[in-house]
Amino acid sequence: MMNDNKMFCGCANAITNCNCEYDPQGINAAFGYNTASEADNCACNMKNCCENDMETRQDMLNKIRSLDFAIVELAQYLDTHPDDKKAICLHKEYCNQYRELTDSYQKVYGPLTINCPCNKWRWLEEPWPWEGGMC
Amino acid sequence: MWTYNKVLQYPINIKNSNAKLAKFIISQYGGPDGELAASLRYLSQRFGMPDQKSKAVLNDIGTEELAHLEMVGTIVHQLTKDLSAEEIKAAGLGDYYTDHGVDVYPQSAAGTPFTAAYIACKGDPIANLQEDLAAEQKARATYEKLIDLCADDPEVLDPLRFLRQREIVHFQRFGEALRGVQDKLAEKRFYMNNMNCNNNDNNNNDNDCGCGN
Repeated sequence: MMNDNKMFCGCANAITNCNCEYDPQGINAAFGYNTASEADNCACNMKNCCENDMETRQDMLNKIRSLDFAIVELAQYLDTHPDDKKAICLHKEYCNQYRELTDSYQKVYGPLTINCPCNKWRWLEEPWPWEGGMC
Repeated sequence: MWTYNKVLQYPINIKNSNAKLAKFIISQYGGPDGELAASLRYLSQRFGMPDQKSKAVLNDIGTEELAHLEMVGTIVHQLTKDLSAEEIKAAGLGDYYTDHGVDVYPQSAAGTPFTAAYIACKGDPIANLQEDLAAEQKARATYEKLIDLCADDPEVLDPLRFLRQREIVHFQRFGEALRGVQDKLAEKRFYMNNMNCNNNDNNNNDNDCGCGN
């Protein structure tokens, strides 16, 4: 499923240092995602791409959803393949990206979970996911 | 969507197994006033709520009930650990053991399997919230009966007392949500789609307050 062409995963530069290696193309292709590069772009362009706010918000939600699904999928894979270092490395990277992206999102658009600290209770703000729009 | 936290909402460490108590407590897992029914009731009803607070309250309490479901399941699991077939039979759990072993199966204390008939979604936010208020009181009453039955086992009593207290807090929140919904429905012009509301037709007329007068 995954080829042997290894490189550093980039999370050595992130908050947690890890020495794991993986081939992003190979693994992304294998799992069917391209979330890493998309999320990178989003994080970089956050301040510059707000001309169309709704589009930006939906865009960020889609990336959060992609990362979240990738984490869910990798976790289930790791449940039966706990020694797969490539998968662990990718999981770690996606988790870091997920945390950064959800932090950025919640600062602007309000909480995604009740665990988000705040000065004003924005949890009540609509729409809820079942109401269309932001979902 | 949901994520799982690998921690119980309240700690449970029951050292002495007791099949008799498990037979009673299973009712709060899959019985008529149990946590599974509570969670499904609130998470299903939230779609039809007309104001911000009631949506949030049903969403968040429905979510907490899933944590309570896990707690009740944990209590039943720990109470049925390391039992012999003789002990199970003596406790009156032979019927349960025949069909489920010591798995945790959603059923009432009397053995009725869980059914969606335990919950109602009436298409009316007032009726639904009144049902929720009653559900919390019935769950509180059930926990009080279980507390009476488990009086000599402090390790079981402790989490049961916590769960009983949560029913009381939820009753309070539902009461507040109901008040908000009543105020919302009493507004002179109230617009809402996809709800079976008697004054929907009246709302089309700007000069009509919608109250029928």
